[in-house]
Amino acid sequence: MNAINFVYLAAILFSIGSAAVLLRRNAIVAFMGVELMLNAANLALVAFSRLHGQLDGQIMAFFVMVVAAAEVVVGLAIIIAVFRARQTISLDEPAELKG
Amino acid sequence: MVSPVLFWVVALLTVIPSLALLFARKAVHIAMSIVCVMVGLAAAYVGLGAPFLGVVQIVVYTGAVMMLFLFVLMLVGVDQREDLKETLRGQRWIALFTAGGLAILLISVIGRVSISPQEEQVGNPEDIALVLFDRYVLVMEVLGALLITAAVGALVMTHTPRLLPRKTQAEVHAARVLAGADPVNKPMPGVYARHNALDVPALDPDGNPIEHSVSRVLEVREQMSDGDEFRARLESTANPEDHQNPQAEAEGEK
Repeated sequence: MNAINFVYLAAILFSIGSAAVLLRRNAIVAFMGVELMLNAANLALVAFSRLHGQLDGQIMAFFVMVVAAAEVVVGLAIIIAVFRARQTISLDEPAELKG
Repeated sequence: MVSPVLFWVVALLTVIPSLALLFARKAVHIAMSIVCVMVGLAAAYVGLGAPFLGVVQIVVYTGAVMMLFLFVLMLVGVDQREDLKETLRGQRWIALFTAGGLAILLISVIGRVSISPQEEQVGNPEDIALVLFDRYVLVMEVLGALLITAAVGALVMTHTPRLLPRKTQAEVHAARVLAGADPVNKPMPGVYARHNALDVPALDPDGNPIEHSVSRVLEVREQMSDGDEFRARLESTANPEDHQNPQAEAEGEK
């Protein structure tokens, strides 16, 4: 079985993640959707690394993991700060900038 | 070549739990199914000749990131309800339509790509290290700086300066007594009533039942026994030997 099938799988996972980001109003669940999208990109990178017979894709996936870890730390800190300020983590609540 | 069994196992192990993101109600269930997705992806990496990334995936994602998510879920309260009213009208259908369109677009593009398969290369830690610290050494340094910045950023974001001076234990106690709290312990239920079940209120020195000595839970469930009954029995007792077993006696009276 060709490794290109894993790229199809990555595309499906990416779409599910993007649907979760667009659909859910709980900030933590939407954030998990972002994580799923990053992981789908990783899977595509590793599959391409396999297809091309070079290690660069795996290195890129490694970098994406590091950036994702940093992003999770800052993102969850923001969610906690917002929760402290207004006792909710719904994404619809903060609307002060609405004209 | 990748084994088809591995592919289908990974596909089922990732796509089905990730659908929980769209349909599950409770955030903890979603987090646990995402953990399942991460483990499936780790298996895929090992099967694709990247064992190092597979291990890193398990350590970083299932071990650190998703546990961090669970910590934050516990911190903000697992019972945070998601409000079901739509702020934007028809957002659900627009979102599903957009995501479906994205999937169709990506799959159709991937279907038109033709890549001639190359010789296989396994991503051992040694080979990864050779590439990582040779061609990508500058990126590596920058990522180190990024991680430190992220850690400091999280500390700054969650830090709250103390607005009031810290109260000592003596001050807390004085404030509670001032607010009318009882300075001594509450009496234990049952002990003074010649009956050591928790559903019987204690008797004060005058023999009156102390209602609040019984747990409030039993009170709400209406499982509290009447203290007066036991008090009357205490006062009418001619021979204490007759009342060694008040529970059986109560059953008999019924």
